[in-house]
Amino acid sequence: MGLELYLDLLSQPCRAVYIFAKKNGIPFQLRPVELRQGGPHLSEAFAQVNPLKKVPALKDGDFTLAESVAILLYLTHKYKVPDHWYPQDLQHTALRRSCLRALWHKVMFPVFLGELVSPELLAATLAELEVNLQALEDKFLQNKAFLAGPHITLADLVAITELMHAVGAGCQVFEGRPKLATWRQRVEAAMGEDLFREAHEVVLKVKDSAPADPTIKQKLMPGVLAMIR
Amino acid sequence: MGLELYLDLLSQPCRAVYLFAKKNGIPFQLRPVELLKGQHVSQEFSQVNSLHRLPTLKDGDFVLSESTAIMIYLSCKYQTADHWYPEDPQARARVLEYLGWHADSIRGTFGVPLWSQVLAPLLGVQVSEEKVERNRTSMKQALGRLEETFLGGRAFVAGQQVTLADLLALEELMQPVALGHDLFEGRPRLAAWRARVEDFLGAQLCQETRGRILSILEQEANKTIPVPPPEAHESMLLRIARIP
Repeated sequence: MGLELYLDLLSQPCRAVYIFAKKNGIPFQLRPVELRQGGPHLSEAFAQVNPLKKVPALKDGDFTLAESVAILLYLTHKYKVPDHWYPQDLQHTALRRSCLRALWHKVMFPVFLGELVSPELLAATLAELEVNLQALEDKFLQNKAFLAGPHITLADLVAITELMHAVGAGCQVFEGRPKLATWRQRVEAAMGEDLFREAHEVVLKVKDSAPADPTIKQKLMPGVLAMIR
Repeated sequence: MGLELYLDLLSQPCRAVYLFAKKNGIPFQLRPVELLKGQHVSQEFSQVNSLHRLPTLKDGDFVLSESTAIMIYLSCKYQTADHWYPEDPQARARVLEYLGWHADSIRGTFGVPLWSQVLAPLLGVQVSEEKVERNRTSMKQALGRLEETFLGGRAFVAGQQVTLADLLALEELMQPVALGHDLFEGRPRLAAWRARVEDFLGAQLCQETRGRILSILEQEANKTIPVPPPEAHESMLLRIARIP
């Protein structure tokens, strides 16, 4: 068995791994894992692949690996991807947290799970997102073409898949941020528009999703409850 | 000007960087920045790192933040022993795998007791008992995971040898220890791992690095902890508000 990738394209790190593998012509077997189907990622069978029970996960023969950054760098190494993809700095925890919360607070809780999110919490989430977007534009992107310099790197890929989460939530991420908007166009062009669209289809349509089935909701709630506190 | 490291040893990632540099005999100029005195938001430090974050490395004109990035940079530049950040793709991927999990489950969780017990009261803020309890549960879950998944069948968190991930992990765990929570009690596997890491580092280096954090309760009792100036309040209150 060759390389297998366990992914749910609703998840931002999964999209980064998917785009990277596709764009670089890395052959892999896609193993779709659907969080919204009640989390088969929590099953015992999946625990064999990743004891942490999280996506993305990689299986390469007997070698299994979790965590998107580890997977991206493993693929870079193994498939000798042009080194301009290599990141200088992939730390983006604050950005990731605020994009994730934006989608859950604006869409996933109210629309999919039918749970009320207090206006105060939503406002705090959106304010935090604003701060992180401004920092991304002013302090990381500055006047460069890409986040780490003149060429696209994994840092751009990781960041754009995060921002598209906020876009999926209906946030005006690029409005009033001309530098960030032109950066997005450059990143999209470098990835190819078709691949970009394909990878983001799920998250951009998530606001139209039907409410979760009660049994699925019951399975999902304990894992996501911390996010509305 | 050679290598400069801007650190506050109260901070766990700063201690990891300090241990790494010291243990590897990397020559550097220590630039102490006291977070509790608001020195990270000062004009002076802004000119070094406009992100106002610690640890920060300055190497000539090159400025870098984030502890992991700094340790990886140092390991490349000073050609430290391979075990710290292995060349082998699978071994290296294990280090990064741990760091990914660490960012989500350890970082941000194990720092909370310092905030709820010492720093929030310093600003006259009370962290609710509900949040404190939730934090205890999160720490417990993460420790279980650390023992079973990462230390199950391995001597160190990312393999059979010590890596930079062990330093980041252990210094996080030392934060609640300093506040009187013995995380290692009743967890023999975790305690054995701690002993292995500390043996490797040497007791003296550990002591030197952790002196300030381990005496934090004493400093509190003696009222020798600096009262943060108003300019530091905003970021501190934001951090407190983020406690889930």
